[in-house]
Amino acid sequence: MTADVRASVREVAASIFAAADMNGDGFDATSWNRLEAAGFTLLTVPSDAGGGGADLDLAAAVLFEAGARAARVPLAETDLAGWLLAVAGLTPPAGPLAAVEHDADISRSGDGWRIRAELTGVPWADRAAGIAVLTPRSVVLVDSYRVTPGRNLAGEPRDTVVIDGVVGGDAIAVADGTVLGHELRLRAALARTQLLAGALQATLGAAVRYAGERVQFGRPIASFQVIQQALALAAGEVAAARVAAEAAAGSATRASVTAEASVTAIASAKARASEAAGTVASIAHQVHGAIGFTREHHLGVLTTRLWAWRDEDGSDAYWNGVIGARALSLGPAGLWPMLTGT
Amino acid sequence: MTYDPLPDLMPPAVPLPDEVASLRGEVRAFVAGQIRGGAWQPRVDGWLSGWNPQFSKELAARGWVGMAIPEEYGGHGAGALARYVVIEELLAAGAPVAAHWMADRQIAPALLRHGTEAQRAEFLPRIAAGEFFAAVALSEPDTGSDLASVRTRAVPAADGWRLTGTKIWTSGAHRADAIFVLARSAPADAHDRHAGLSQFIVDPKAPGVQVRPIPILTGSHDFNEVVLEDVFVPAGRLLGEPGGGWRQVTSELAYERSGPERFLSTFPLLVALVGELAAGDTDPTAAAGVGALVTRLWTLRQMSVSVAAALEAGEAPALAAALVKDVGTRFESTIAEAARQLCAKPGPGGDFSRLLADAVLHSPAFTLRGGTNEVLRGIVARGLGLR
Repeated sequence: MTADVRASVREVAASIFAAADMNGDGFDATSWNRLEAAGFTLLTVPSDAGGGGADLDLAAAVLFEAGARAARVPLAETDLAGWLLAVAGLTPPAGPLAAVEHDADISRSGDGWRIRAELTGVPWADRAAGIAVLTPRSVVLVDSYRVTPGRNLAGEPRDTVVIDGVVGGDAIAVADGTVLGHELRLRAALARTQLLAGALQATLGAAVRYAGERVQFGRPIASFQVIQQALALAAGEVAAARVAAEAAAGSATRASVTAEASVTAIASAKARASEAAGTVASIAHQVHGAIGFTREHHLGVLTTRLWAWRDEDGSDAYWNGVIGARALSLGPAGLWPMLTGT
Repeated sequence: MTYDPLPDLMPPAVPLPDEVASLRGEVRAFVAGQIRGGAWQPRVDGWLSGWNPQFSKELAARGWVGMAIPEEYGGHGAGALARYVVIEELLAAGAPVAAHWMADRQIAPALLRHGTEAQRAEFLPRIAAGEFFAAVALSEPDTGSDLASVRTRAVPAADGWRLTGTKIWTSGAHRADAIFVLARSAPADAHDRHAGLSQFIVDPKAPGVQVRPIPILTGSHDFNEVVLEDVFVPAGRLLGEPGGGWRQVTSELAYERSGPERFLSTFPLLVALVGELAAGDTDPTAAAGVGALVTRLWTLRQMSVSVAAALEAGEAPALAAALVKDVGTRFESTIAEAARQLCAKPGPGGDFSRLLADAVLHSPAFTLRGGTNEVLRGIVARGLGLR
C-alpha cells in the first residue's frame, strides 16, 4: 500500500477521533458508529468475511490515532476478534467484539455445543456483540453470557464473563488453538503497541504544551534547561516507540505475523513501547506538577492508559523474556542474524 | 484535555531494500572468515581503536570503503543504505575499521559536497582504495561543547593560509594522511558566532605541526593533541567556502550522529554475554535481562535505518539524528553494567572478561563523542519548540 493511502486513512481516522470528547467516560457510540460506517472496525478482516481486507500497517495507522486521542472504543479488540473468527471460517457479526484465549469446557448438546467458561479481563464485554473464544481445538462465537464489570487502570472495561450456554453449529469451528493462539497473542501485542505509540506521542505533546504555558519564576518553565532535558529524554522514548511500532507493523505486513522476523519485531516493539510508557508518563507528570495528579486534570486520561496498556497483551517483562529465551537458544552466533532478520 | 500535535520526530520506519541482502551475506561471510583465520579479534569500539590499514585495504579491494563515492572518483556510486549494511555488519563483528572510518563516513561526503574538483580528484580515489586516512580536528582545550568558540586562527598569506592553535581529542591524527581542521578565518562577530569559521585540510607532516599522544583510560593511543604553529596551508587546501565551516561541520555531525556505531560499539560484549549465558542453565530472569537489551537494540536499529533512508532520499533529519544518538549511546552505556549483573561468574577462556573490561573503560566516551547527550537534547528541545 502506498504512503498516500496510509496518510489519507490516518487523516480520516484522526478526524473521527478528533470530534469526540477525550475526557468523556464510557463507550463512545458516536465514534463507534462513524468508524463502523467508514469500515475501520474490521479493517484487516478479509473482505469475503465482511471486513476491509486491509494490511496490518494500515490498521496500525488508525490505531495510532485512536491511542493518541484516547478513543473509548474497542477498535483493536474488534479487529482482532474479527480476524480470529474469519480465519476459523466463521462470519464476524457487526458491532464491538472481543477475542479471548481460554480452555473452555465444550460438550455436545443436542444439535449444538454447550460451552462453559469463566473469563477475566475481557475488554468491553458489556458492549460487545459477541466474544470469540479460542479453545485448544476450536473457535467459538458466544453472544450470550453474564458480565461482572471490571476496569483497568484507565477505567476501560475489562470484565469478568461467565459463559454457560449452547451455541449452534454455525457459531463454532474446528481450529488449532496452539497455532492460532500464537498468532492471536502477536496480533494483540502489535495492535496494543500502536495504541501505546499514539498515547505516548500525545502525552509528550501535552507536556510540551503545558511547559510552554506554565509560568514560574517569571518565565515559562519550558525555558528552563532542566525541563528541556527531561522532555528531550521523553522525546527519545516516544520516537523509539513510534518507529518500533511502525517497523513491527511493516514486518507483519510484508512477511506474515508469525514469520521469525515479525515475531522478533512485534515482541521487541511491544517491550520497547511498554518501557517507554513508564518513562514518559513519569516525565509528563513531573512537568505538570501536582495538578496532573488530580482527577480534574486530564493528563491522567493518557497516562493511565500508558500504565494499563504497557501491561496488557504482554508486558515488557513478558516479551523481553520471550526474546531473551530465543536469543539464548540461538546462541552467540545467532544473535546478530536474529536482529537483522536474516 | 485536547490533543496537542507535535512535529514529526522521526522519518517513517522503512525496511532495508531487498537488493542489499546478498551484499550483507558477502560481508558477513568475509568477516566470519577473517575471525576464523585469526586475522583479528572482535573488539569494543573497533571504529575508533581498531586501526588496521591492511584490513582497510582488503575491504576496499572488495568495494566496501568509500562505497557512496561516484565511479568517476574511483568509488562505486552505491547508495547510503548499501553502505549502511556493510558498516553494520563490520561493527557487529567488532572489526578493526578505525583507519578508514572518518574518511569513509564524513570526509568523502564532505569532499563531494564542498570540495573543489581538484580536491575530489586527489582524495576520493585514495579513500575508495582504502589508502587515505583522515582525522577530524574540532575540539580545543577551551572548546568542547561550545564549538563556535574555537580559537585556532587561520590568517591569509601569500598563496594560502597560516594556521596557529591547538586541537585536542583528535582521534587517529598520529596515523592520518590529513587532518581536517576547523579554524577561525575571520574575527569573531558577536552577532553571529557561527560566522568566520573555515575548514582546512592540513598535512600532518607540514612544518609546524606537532601531534602528541593523549592516552585514554585503557592506556591505548587513539586521541591526540595537535599543535599548529604558523602552519602554512596552501589555498587549494581550504575545504568549501571561507566562512562556511560551521555549516559544513554541523552537517557532517548530523550524518555521523545516527549511524550504527552509536549503538553497536559494544555489540561484541553482548554476543559474548549470550555465549556465557547460553552455555549454562537458562535462568528466566537472566533471559529477560538479555531480552531487554535485545529489544532495545532491535528498536534502535530500526530508528537508525529510518534516518539512513531519509538521508538517502536527500533529506537532512537533524532532529531524528540527535534522537538516535541520545537513545543509542545511553543504551550502549548500559550494556557493560547489564553484562556484569547478568553474568556473575564468566567461564574460563572466553572473550567475555576482555570485552567487559574494554566496554567499562570505553563507556564514558559513548555519551560524550560527537556532541554530548546534553547538547543533543538541546537540539531536540529546539525541535520540540521549547527554545
